[in-house]
Amino acid sequence: MIELTEQPIDVGRVIQRVCRPTAGAVVVFLGVVREDGQTAKTAALEYECYRQMAEAELEKLQSEAASRWPGVSCAIVHRLGRVPAGETTVAIAVSAAHRDDAYSANRWLIDQLKVRVPIWKQEHLTDGTSRWLSQPPEGESR
Amino acid sequence: MNVRLRLFAVMRTTLGRSHVELELPDGATVAQLRSKLAEDYPALSPLLPTCLFAINGNYARDEQTIPSDSEVACIPPVSGG
Repeated sequence: MIELTEQPIDVGRVIQRVCRPTAGAVVVFLGVVREDGQTAKTAALEYECYRQMAEAELEKLQSEAASRWPGVSCAIVHRLGRVPAGETTVAIAVSAAHRDDAYSANRWLIDQLKVRVPIWKQEHLTDGTSRWLSQPPEGESR
Repeated sequence: MNVRLRLFAVMRTTLGRSHVELELPDGATVAQLRSKLAEDYPALSPLLPTCLFAINGNYARDEQTIPSDSEVACIPPVSGG
């Protein structure tokens, strides 16, 4: 399951898409808009994408994950448009027979998504200013 | 050939438009497209070193040639997630 949506993400539905009778572990990553901008508080993040290519890149990630970790099943849903602080921007669910593969594949998917998939976010601050964000430092997630 | 280049994010808001038309020699490479873009739109020039380009939805290297009638896009550093 790959989805780019303007609507709030239904995390339960994302999880459901990877549940399998053979899966003994499900790992979920949620990216959430946090409030702490550098000069003023973050009011919202606004996402845009190159849809056709973003969907294709997400499909590639999904199949690459399936060949790296045979048997895993994954679902990736990314929000577009304006997302207020506190709301989910991306949900990645991965199921596998055992937790090691589910954790590894999930971590790999979010890391790859952040460097490969043509999606961009603009930060709107509470003081009315806004700026385009580039890839945050390693290990930091927005 | 005439190339219609799609712009996104900081590139789009810097110019205030979502695409530009560029006149390039037939068989031009991505590197030539990059130079022509900087020449025709100096406002984008400081942003270009960190940008990638995509041809028909796939990332393209600088030495790759641009087929006529392909969809070409400028991809500034991505920030999904």
